Amino acid sequence: MMLRTDCIRWLILNYKSKEIALRKKLAVSLLVFLLGVSQALSFSFAGENKTIILATTTSVQDTGLLDLLVAGFQKKSGYTVKAIAVGTGQAMQLGQNGEADILWVHSPADERQFVKEGYGTARTTFMHNDFVVLGPKNDPAKIKGVKNIAEGFRRIATAKVLFVSRGDNSGTHKKEKKLWQAAGVTPDKEYYIEIGQGMAATVNVANEKLAYCLADRSTYLSLKKLLELVILFEGDEALFNRYSLILVNPEKYPKINAAGAKEFFAYLLSEDTKNMVENYGQDKFGQPLFYWDYK
Amino acid sequence: MLYIFAGFKKALFLIFHLNAEILEIIRLSLLVSMVATGMAIAIGLPLGSIIALKRFRWRKLVIALINTTMGLPPVVVGLMVSLFLFRNGPLGFLGWLYTAKGMILAQVIIATPIITGLCLASVQSVDPKLYQQVIALGANRWQALLIVFKEIKLSLLAAIVAGFGSIISEVGAVMMVGGNIKGQTRVLTTATVLETNMGNFDVAIALGLILFLLSFMVNAALTLIQQKKYD
Repeated sequence: MMLRTDCIRWLILNYKSKEIALRKKLAVSLLVFLLGVSQALSFSFAGENKTIILATTTSVQDTGLLDLLVAGFQKKSGYTVKAIAVGTGQAMQLGQNGEADILWVHSPADERQFVKEGYGTARTTFMHNDFVVLGPKNDPAKIKGVKNIAEGFRRIATAKVLFVSRGDNSGTHKKEKKLWQAAGVTPDKEYYIEIGQGMAATVNVANEKLAYCLADRSTYLSLKKLLELVILFEGDEALFNRYSLILVNPEKYPKINAAGAKEFFAYLLSEDTKNMVENYGQDKFGQPLFYWDYK
Repeated sequence: MLYIFAGFKKALFLIFHLNAEILEIIRLSLLVSMVATGMAIAIGLPLGSIIALKRFRWRKLVIALINTTMGLPPVVVGLMVSLFLFRNGPLGFLGWLYTAKGMILAQVIIATPIITGLCLASVQSVDPKLYQQVIALGANRWQALLIVFKEIKLSLLAAIVAGFGSIISEVGAVMMVGGNIKGQTRVLTTATVLETNMGNFDVAIALGLILFLLSFMVNAALTLIQQKKYD
């Protein structure tokens, strides 16, 4: 026991002699830590009232167009845009809860409902692309050359070939559900899988499983170099994919940045944006990924 | 197979030619994780020690709770933090959603229980008589605690390494709370997810390698400190 007490006494002495050095070390590390914190804090104070939240869809982000337009607007206006890429379903929910200032979505029926219920003002359709049905080259369901998409989906159901669905309540998923409905079939779990992920992830899963899937053309083109799947059906009017902008109604939620959203809205409908959209993808894919239709 | 090699080749090229965008992503990843680890240490070490050394009611329950929260699923933390930080949510007035501050908050919640729990366990591994005797010899509580900490320096560093590791590699919570916004809240893990989704496997591999290298450098530095006296 004596030995132990000695040992502790030594520890204390040792500690006291080193106390000053230790304090210095502590002070330095505290300083470094505080510097880090202050940097982290200043970083988001930069534009507290100059922030716009855009809720949009993964298909716009995954193609890279979103980054380009946001960068252009931020440079021009001095606003900071927080673009959150989720499915259209979640984007509209964010708008409905007042958690976004402006929406860029593609599910026309829901959009009209959204505006009718008073959650949104100024809805404008401004660009489009289209959906295509992807599938393995040997086309086991024989949908190549069918006259319309309803017939194509019926053949997929009859042949019971694997079909990969977004399953995330996004604009694309809603479109796909509508197409099944129009085809008059309810897909069976046996060959229909819902993965609950974004567009590119869905195409990649379908590609791995050599399954069929519905994809927007832009995502298909940007992934094309990696894909074994090919376009088996395209061109039906029912496969049109219209993108709209909606301003979230500031009367419902006072925290909405109405002025900023309005300015961004105007920018997204401007001639500059039109040029960027129409040229986007030309150099990489030899064709535009989106088509402008706002006049 | 070939695309894996091609991916790694391109990845190495990208690492040696870091562009401004990737540098920004690295800076933010390190900043967020280090600040969060620092805060988790500042909360976790005192908290763990107090619970280890004090006797109070419900102590066992508190310890069981801490042990449970050591395994909190990051996505659940992300979801809860998002719900609180929504501008119409209870903490909405802070304006922290989709900012680095929000991400730090989520990561502090993830790392604090880990550091607290491991600190608690290592303080308890010291003979309780040591603390009492040091106090009996005239040291104040903090001095006594520092002496206890000296005894368990190795385990404390292991706790810090575990806390840091759990958040630098975390994707679910930072994705939800940060929103993966380019130039603002995009970190290495969320950028890797995005590049994978975009089919840019080479960039994704490069980001993954960078994450691994950073993690290795931080851990190597901590290990050097930890193992110093054993050389």
